[in-house]
Amino acid sequence: MIEVTQEIIGASLRIATPLALAALGELVTEKSGVLNLGVEGIMYGSAFVGIATAAQTGSLTTGLIAALVTGAAAGLIFAFLTVTLGVNQHVAGLGLTLFMISFSNSANRIMFTADGGQVSVDPWRPFNFGGPIFSQYWITYATFLIIVPLTWWLMRRSGLGLKIRAVGENPEAADVAGINVTKTRYTAILIGSLYMAAGGAFITLAFVGSFTINIINGRGWVALALVIFGRWKIGRLLAGAALFSLVNAGQLQLRLLPSFSDVPFEILLALPYLAVIVGLAVSGRNVPYPGAYLKPYKRH
Amino acid sequence: MKPRFALRSSMPWWRGPALIAAAAIVTFLLSAIVIRWAGGDPISAFRYMFISPLQTKFGFTESILSATPLVFTGAAVAIAFRAGYWNIGAEGQLLAGTIGATWIGIHAESLPAIIGVPLILLAGMICGALWALVPALLRTRLGIDEVVTTLLLNPIALLIISGLLNGPWRNSETGFPDSDVISKSTQLPIIWPGTRVHLGLAIGVVIIALCWWYVGKMAGGLKLRAVGMSPGAARIAGLPVERTLLITALVSGGIAGLGGSSEVAGVAHQLTTGISSGFGYTGVIVATLAALSFIGSLCIALLFGVITVGSFSASRALQIPSTIGEFVQSVLLLTVVAALVIQKYRVVWTRGKK
Amino acid sequence: MNSHEGVGATHGGTAPSIFLRGISKAFGETIALSDVSLDLRAGEVHALLGENGAGKTTLMKILYGLTQPDTGLIEADGVQLTINSPRDARAAGIGMVTQHFSLVKNMTVVENIALASASTFSLDLGVVRKEIKAASERFGLEVSPDAVISTLPVALQQRVEILKALMSGCSYLILDEPTAVLGPQDIDSLLDVIKRLRSESGIGVVLISHKMAEIEQVADRVSVLRRGKVVSSSSVSGISTQELIGLMMGTDEVAVAQRRTSKQLVGNPILALNGVGVNIEMGGLSEVSLDVHPGEIVGIAGVSGNGQAELVRVLSGTLAIDKGSIVVEGNTLGKNSPQSLMRAGVGMLGEDRHASAVHALQVMENLVLDCIDSFATRFQLKQKEILQHCESAIAQFEIKTTPKQALGTLSGGNMQKVLLARLFSRKPKVAIISQPTRGLDVMATRYVRSLIMKASTEGTAVLLVSEDLDEVLEIADRVAVMYRGAVIGIVDGSTATRETIGQLMAGITK
Repeated sequence: MIEVTQEIIGASLRIATPLALAALGELVTEKSGVLNLGVEGIMYGSAFVGIATAAQTGSLTTGLIAALVTGAAAGLIFAFLTVTLGVNQHVAGLGLTLFMISFSNSANRIMFTADGGQVSVDPWRPFNFGGPIFSQYWITYATFLIIVPLTWWLMRRSGLGLKIRAVGENPEAADVAGINVTKTRYTAILIGSLYMAAGGAFITLAFVGSFTINIINGRGWVALALVIFGRWKIGRLLAGAALFSLVNAGQLQLRLLPSFSDVPFEILLALPYLAVIVGLAVSGRNVPYPGAYLKPYKRH
Repeated sequence: MKPRFALRSSMPWWRGPALIAAAAIVTFLLSAIVIRWAGGDPISAFRYMFISPLQTKFGFTESILSATPLVFTGAAVAIAFRAGYWNIGAEGQLLAGTIGATWIGIHAESLPAIIGVPLILLAGMICGALWALVPALLRTRLGIDEVVTTLLLNPIALLIISGLLNGPWRNSETGFPDSDVISKSTQLPIIWPGTRVHLGLAIGVVIIALCWWYVGKMAGGLKLRAVGMSPGAARIAGLPVERTLLITALVSGGIAGLGGSSEVAGVAHQLTTGISSGFGYTGVIVATLAALSFIGSLCIALLFGVITVGSFSASRALQIPSTIGEFVQSVLLLTVVAALVIQKYRVVWTRGKK
Repeated sequence: MNSHEGVGATHGGTAPSIFLRGISKAFGETIALSDVSLDLRAGEVHALLGENGAGKTTLMKILYGLTQPDTGLIEADGVQLTINSPRDARAAGIGMVTQHFSLVKNMTVVENIALASASTFSLDLGVVRKEIKAASERFGLEVSPDAVISTLPVALQQRVEILKALMSGCSYLILDEPTAVLGPQDIDSLLDVIKRLRSESGIGVVLISHKMAEIEQVADRVSVLRRGKVVSSSSVSGISTQELIGLMMGTDEVAVAQRRTSKQLVGNPILALNGVGVNIEMGGLSEVSLDVHPGEIVGIAGVSGNGQAELVRVLSGTLAIDKGSIVVEGNTLGKNSPQSLMRAGVGMLGEDRHASAVHALQVMENLVLDCIDSFATRFQLKQKEILQHCESAIAQFEIKTTPKQALGTLSGGNMQKVLLARLFSRKPKVAIISQPTRGLDVMATRYVRSLIMKASTEGTAVLLVSEDLDEVLEIADRVAVMYRGAVIGIVDGSTATRETIGQLMAGITK
């Protein structure tokens, strides 16, 4: 029993890694007043470019770098559309997602699956520090031990974080204070996209080691849900990610048991989405949206 | 020197069309690069994608068949966006419609078609509207932004379908996670003999016509447009802003749900997890490219139907990926939204500050 | 903080005087400022007096770099200053507290003050916290550094804004109607702060206001702006309250000469307010009783901020009343909602025409927006009737437009005519008209006034709320003057003079 519990906790840390990365990225972006619905697509595109590059060069690190570059490029496109031009954020985000997915699927077919093959690499292996809980990929360690505290410091303790929060809450006031709203939003979107890209790359370069159609499978939307569930707070966001990952890992274990084969596990998978909608309904008018959420800024 | 965007006060008439044409050219160039990369000849690939489906009866009818669900989702998104209600949930509403339709379809064995067909359509419409209800109430009662709530209901609908198909609705003959085939009396009749084009297309066209009439010609439509363009001024003029948004959201969901009925009862005749290949999301592209006009949405939906069928034949003939069709659609969206905004601005070069 | 950036010896010696020279600024067709010159001195409180739209705020926004002038320049002791942004202004030692605070509500005091100086990485809130403590002691402005702005009362938020400006090292502090948002006690303590800043820290304060009492209490000099021009600049001791009101309101004697002759009131009032009271944090209404008869124009005069805006909101149904009753045609309204007032026959022209206009819709569509259902069958809009309605309105109200033009493309005057046409074509029993000619040119102003008079001769009861005293004197049959949320006096239009009204506006009753 203890062993199973440890297995479940270990597995849930793996499941939580890409979700936490993408959700933190979305949080940084949304704190600047921009909703990035491209999250699903950025994860997808980076997952593909990461493994494709790794397969071609034989280097997982090069693959990760390529994935991050992909994320940055996608972020720049999104920032140009939404911040510079002021296009509807949801239309631009959804468009970016569809673009990244269709591009990746096309490229995957051209490069790898035309002859019925599949791209795969020898992925990163977990480092075992003893027991199933502490047998994790380096990206998982990096995410929870470095990126999380770093993000907290960025948002709460750095000048950039202060600027990001200011342009997200009240861009007019930030402008008066001499902060370049456009530049700050670009920076936030770029940082967020890099996080999302890292989350996507983790799935192909460490977690799975191969690329298949629909590999992200809505993880980007879960990340989106986690940000709202966490009420734009890093601690609550991580708690949400942990909860969902535990439930997810638990149901994977249960599925192995024959007596549970008929239980509709889909209900559990729908939990994060349902939790957000119920949570929003309960919070009522007290949802702490960033003040300038979804609003482009134009100086008069 | 730094570029800065400034609003244009006036605009030569040719600027809009010229920028849209530029967007189309960029889309063609980017697609051509991918096609080249796949080892195909871009010109013949485009011929397969845009022209050859229109040259045979089979290609044409398959194109309008592929366009049918997009006619519904395009109209659903367009009417919601016109009212300033950002419904990103047409996908979930369409899926909810397929659930309602399938439930009627597999339980209504001995009904005459004259009852069965209206019933299955109604079921999809009601389920779609119900699926749109919660975000609409959250928005109109509590002021909670609808973009994320409508979006997050999409994966839930898909998970429910998956749960049903792995559980109670599992196919009784094959044991696969597909539903049983729906009763003959609830299947939509073929309206073009010898093809797969079914009543759903006609209903979709009627929906487009009704939306066009309602929004452009009726009192409620004028209210809807005023609410969408300037909710504050609409409220000052005494218009019921919240009620208009709620009703529009439900109508939008109902139209998407009807699209779900049309897919189940018209083409698939059973429920599968792949019943929608992102029709709701593509509906956002369709409506946006049509600048939220209904007749425009119909045209874009038909164009997308042609591209879908065409990209499959291009794929077969030239060994290029069939997903190139979706690639073309998404690039077109991004370039056109950029062009639509850029046409309102001019670039001013300002001296950078020291 | 960056106190070292301020020019001049900030709180020690004397900062240079600042001169604004020949400043002009137009927004589209409206001229906000024309050839305005002003000089500011260190250690002096300089009041800028004028009605809304006189150009006070625009002038100060130019000094603070929020707006760029079309012509004119700013000098400090003969050296020309380039002020393209608030950052430039602060570097030149100029700080401003705008009417809408530039604070990020969900952040703490420390974070807000740190914003202006934040670099990318280093952010030592501890240091900023210490600086805040030191500054609040020095200036006597106590705040708790870790309070979140949105939890603070308005008076404290304002204190944070003042502190923020002072900590940026300013030697000039612009306060834009600072007392408009405060209750009486907070006003007193703010005025004390202003006096202290002047005498103890040698700071030059610009006080934008239209309240006579506080100007007399703290200001050393006062400049009056009217319609974008400085009409007077003198020391406060050398000018009387009445003179100031006269300067502020203008002396357009021609208009007064055209005043309507006294009218015999017939029948019962169609609109009556009986002891209407509204309790809100500041302002509010107390015991407002007023009636308007068919065919009568009752003007509401008063210095801005004495309850006129609240009265309009009550009569548009967007501000609930706590006391008293509203009676329309003898029927007491249960609740003053927009719908109940509309149904009772009360029509409204709001003070901000852009907020009432759907810019992207056609003129003809906007004209029927408040009565769409009467221009439609069950299945469609009666396009022909809407067009005819619009064409007759265009002819009747002399609107320069075509029916299908988008409303947003019209000039201010024509847009106002469309909204007036919408109001009057419903034949309201009572029309509440607020600031109908604000920002309009002379021709359009004349025309709009004549429209209102025409409607009243046709039997509509009109309640005209206007900051333009000439307008009220020109067309009102009776003038009600508001002071501190109450009607302090009602004067017959034919006998009203600038002096009698001016005294009432200053709160003086005999």
